[in-house]
Amino acid sequence: MKTVKNIVLVLMVAFVGIQFIPTKRNQSDTVPVTDFMLVNKVPNNIKSMLQVSCYDCHSNNTNYPWYNKMQPIAWFLEGHINEGKAELNFSEWDSLSNRRKLSKLRSIIKQIESDKMPLEFYISIHKDAEFSEEEKITIIQWMTQLRDSL
Amino acid sequence: MKNLKVTTGILAIAIALVTLTVMSCKDTKKEHSNEDSLHTEMSADENHSAMNHDNSNGHHDNENKEMTMNADQDGNSELILKDYFNLKNALVADDNSKAKELGGKLAKSLVNLDVSKYTDAQKSELNEIIEDAVEHAEHISESPMAHQREHFKILSKDVTDMVTITGTANTLYEQFCPMYDKGSAWLSMSEEVRNPYYGSKMLKCGKVQKEIN
Ligand code: HEC
Repeated sequence: MKTVKNIVLVLMVAFVGIQFIPTKRNQSDTVPVTDFMLVNKVPNNIKSMLQVSCYDCHSNNTNYPWYNKMQPIAWFLEGHINEGKAELNFSEWDSLSNRRKLSKLRSIIKQIESDKMPLEFYISIHKDAEFSEEEKITIIQWMTQLRDSL
Repeated sequence: MKNLKVTTGILAIAIALVTLTVMSCKDTKKEHSNEDSLHTEMSADENHSAMNHDNSNGHHDNENKEMTMNADQDGNSELILKDYFNLKNALVADDNSKAKELGGKLAKSLVNLDVSKYTDAQKSELNEIIEDAVEHAEHISESPMAHQREHFKILSKDVTDMVTITGTANTLYEQFCPMYDKGSAWLSMSEEVRNPYYGSKMLKCGKVQKEIN
């Protein structure tokens, strides 16, 4: 019994302890002129869907409610942000060539269609990031339109 | 009782060690992210030079004058085609690990394409094609089959556009299957259809859409 108590105690201390380990914040004061929202005419409903469901990992500006600052969530998130931004960074959208924009749009449509994005891990801590079927159709349609217009 | 104390002591030390290791992992990750930002800077530079190329595209007379340069063949682009066809065959054979390996190989030969002998307009076009294609090839080198095929579709478009500029010594067949992802094309050395998007599931979906050369 005592061992169990001790283990729990030690784990709790460790949990509190890891809260003091800093993570790098992905935040920036300015929205660069290359941002997806600035270079495309994005209607408000699409804007908020992207902002809530994708921008935390795919832009230079992550939203940090308290649970995103909690360890070990902050670590996981940091890893995902680094990887996610390497794949697709909405803040730097307009620095892509037309060919790569098309390529990214195809990929975005595919990822949403197949429920691969937003990442499951993210939905588990951030329920409103999940798209309803209706929202999925709306955003896919809009992205397809944008793709065809390029 | 004494034993118990010893075990808890050991446990506490173990957990402390684990925490420390995680912390040091954290540090290496930080270094990585530094590298990442370096990479983005570098790619920003690349974009910059690509933009410069775009500017020089303004001289349209250059384009026509140097079109004839296409006639002599570029060994590198043939190498890219060779790797592309090997990759295609691995997909036809439903061979995920082979396709991974060949995707990596193709990414390398793509990067090595020598664009120096092309016009400025062609250079910037080729650079854009390569930049895009490399990304798809890299994805293919680390993805499961279904995702490899998604990327192979866009890669095929890139390689087809490349051939339009570089030309090739061989006769190629552009084939098209209307069923995969609302219609998808690929290149083949042989006229006979072997579908890389379905593999054994629907090997013969498709027909020759165009003959190149
Ligand atoms: C929790 C962070 C996170 C969120 C939120 C997120 N992504 Fe991602 N995304 C990633 C990571 C990490 C990768 C790279 C690894 C992978 O493909 O799983 C990625 C990869 C991608 C890719 C490239 C995939 C490929 O292989 O071609 C696209 C496109 C993408 N995300 C689009 C989106 C869109 C659109 C949204 C919003 C609907 C979104 N992501 C939300 C983390 C995230």
